[in-house]
Amino acid sequence: MRALFAALLAVATGIALAFLLLPIAAIFLRVPPGDLVGALGHNVTRDALLVSIKTSAVAHAVVLLIGTPAAYLLARRRFRGRGVVLTLIELPLVLPPAVAGIALFAAFGRMGLLGDELDALGVQIPFTQAAVVLAVAFVESPFYFRGAIAAFEAVDGTLVDAARTLGAGPARVFARVALPLAAGGLGAASALALARGLGEFGATIIFAGSLQGVTQTLPLAIYAQFEQDFDTALAISALFIVVGALLLVTLKLYGWLRFASIFRSRFAASTSS
Amino acid sequence: MASLRLDLSLPLRGFDLELALEAGPETVALVGPSGAGKTSVLRAIAGLARPARGTISCGDEIWFDADRRVDRRPEERSVGFVFQEYALFPHLNVEQNVSFGGARPDRLLWRLSIEHLAKAKPSELSGGERQRVALARALARGPRVLLLDEPMAALDPHTRGKVRAELHDLLRELALPALLVTHDFEDAAALADRVGVLVEGRLRQLGAPAELLGAPADPFVAEFAGANVLEGIAESGPDGLTRFHLDGERIVYSTDEARGRAALVVYPWDVSLARRAAEDSALNHLEGEIVSLVQVGNRVRVRLPFLTAEITASSAERLALRPREVVFASFKATQARLLPAD
Repeated sequence: MRALFAALLAVATGIALAFLLLPIAAIFLRVPPGDLVGALGHNVTRDALLVSIKTSAVAHAVVLLIGTPAAYLLARRRFRGRGVVLTLIELPLVLPPAVAGIALFAAFGRMGLLGDELDALGVQIPFTQAAVVLAVAFVESPFYFRGAIAAFEAVDGTLVDAARTLGAGPARVFARVALPLAAGGLGAASALALARGLGEFGATIIFAGSLQGVTQTLPLAIYAQFEQDFDTALAISALFIVVGALLLVTLKLYGWLRFASIFRSRFAASTSS
Repeated sequence: MASLRLDLSLPLRGFDLELALEAGPETVALVGPSGAGKTSVLRAIAGLARPARGTISCGDEIWFDADRRVDRRPEERSVGFVFQEYALFPHLNVEQNVSFGGARPDRLLWRLSIEHLAKAKPSELSGGERQRVALARALARGPRVLLLDEPMAALDPHTRGKVRAELHDLLRELALPALLVTHDFEDAAALADRVGVLVEGRLRQLGAPAELLGAPADPFVAEFAGANVLEGIAESGPDGLTRFHLDGERIVYSTDEARGRAALVVYPWDVSLARRAAEDSALNHLEGEIVSLVQVGNRVRVRLPFLTAEITASSAERLALRPREVVFASFKATQARLLPAD
């Protein structure tokens, strides 16, 4: 009975791993690596890569710049309705990306909520690179918010108190104490959000379309090449896997190094005293 | 030198902290059980907690005045705060911690003998070293008031004595109004000029350590100062003495006057022990079985069922005391204080 149960667990684990890893392995097994690298030289791929890097960089910079102070405020202040605000921030996480695309249309489209105002300013957002930036920022920011709020909440409040009794005003407390101490968590949240933004598909294709060299990001290029040139689609997918794996390894390594350094210093302190 | 004055009321969970205190260039210790509101006093002075009523001032500077809506921010009050567990910035080294407030750290590192640790991170320091860094950091901006929250609690027993002596010298040298919070009466007595016993937000007694020991205001203060507190019933005895019936059959005598329910206070170091009932001038002899023996430095605390005696380690050795053996505890009627029961 015991052996049977153990075997059952092992089989379930085996199936799960195979199911998750087999498709990923298949991408690399179907086409020789040389051809994969070659396919990255296609102008469709190059254009998509440039669009992705440009839009992701802008979107991510905006998310960090606005999200970090906002997360700090939400982590430190206790006010009525805080729970509601935190839940609303997470709402986009559980929405299908297509809904995000439609929602952005409803807000910033010509017929949308702010359509007249934007029209008056001569600004048209849908199907431009700005639309890609908005779509990417919209779907990735909840990931950053969640992680950043948790990172700031984890900063010991006594250290903030100590900084204040040492004459530091709120801005200095933020820059010299909260930010450096939350840096690890902020970095992890930032990496996660960046990965989510790079992979953004649904909201972008609805709100920004898939125009090569303008709004066609890497995931959209995969979809476009899927029927025309399967090898290119594979090559871009392979690129994503490599970038994703590097990101994960960096995060794990960082977590492990942090743990190791804490462990080492604790150990050193306990033996020296 | 400016003196610190406070008279405040601060609502805490379960009770209101009510405290009026004036401290000149001296160390005042606030002692009491945990949850008595001791730390809240320090936080209110530093501006980290806001009292509901009252005033806090330092010299001619008003830091808080509820009626006049004055409430200076923590960074605008000149306090040096040594936090419980020290709250050193873990990402900064010793030098950066000390100079966080903007002052040059060299002289303080030298004064506290931690120059050699300038580049070390807090996680690499021992408890005693961390305490010095916390002190140096708190003093770096030349504060007008020093606040110390359980500065000895994070230390292991064998560094405690040495650190206490150093802290004592430093506090004398600084001659600042210093408020020290501790749950340990011995630390308070060793470091402070005056000791206040705070229970559930109220000051039960404030005075020099010797005053608290010699004339405790109530049984709680006496117990906190380390005394045996025995409950019983007092009545008029022979020769102007008071006869005190312990809850049980035993009788002891005191030179203090009391009638009815009362508490008898006798310090462990005023109790002597003998193998046989002694025929000496002490009026009070109580027989009992030893519950436990604990050595504290060169002294031994001997616990009997009704009281604790503190004798020298050499006496304990000479008498060859062991747990469960029967001994006679003696103390003089002049050393037995009587207080109204709680």
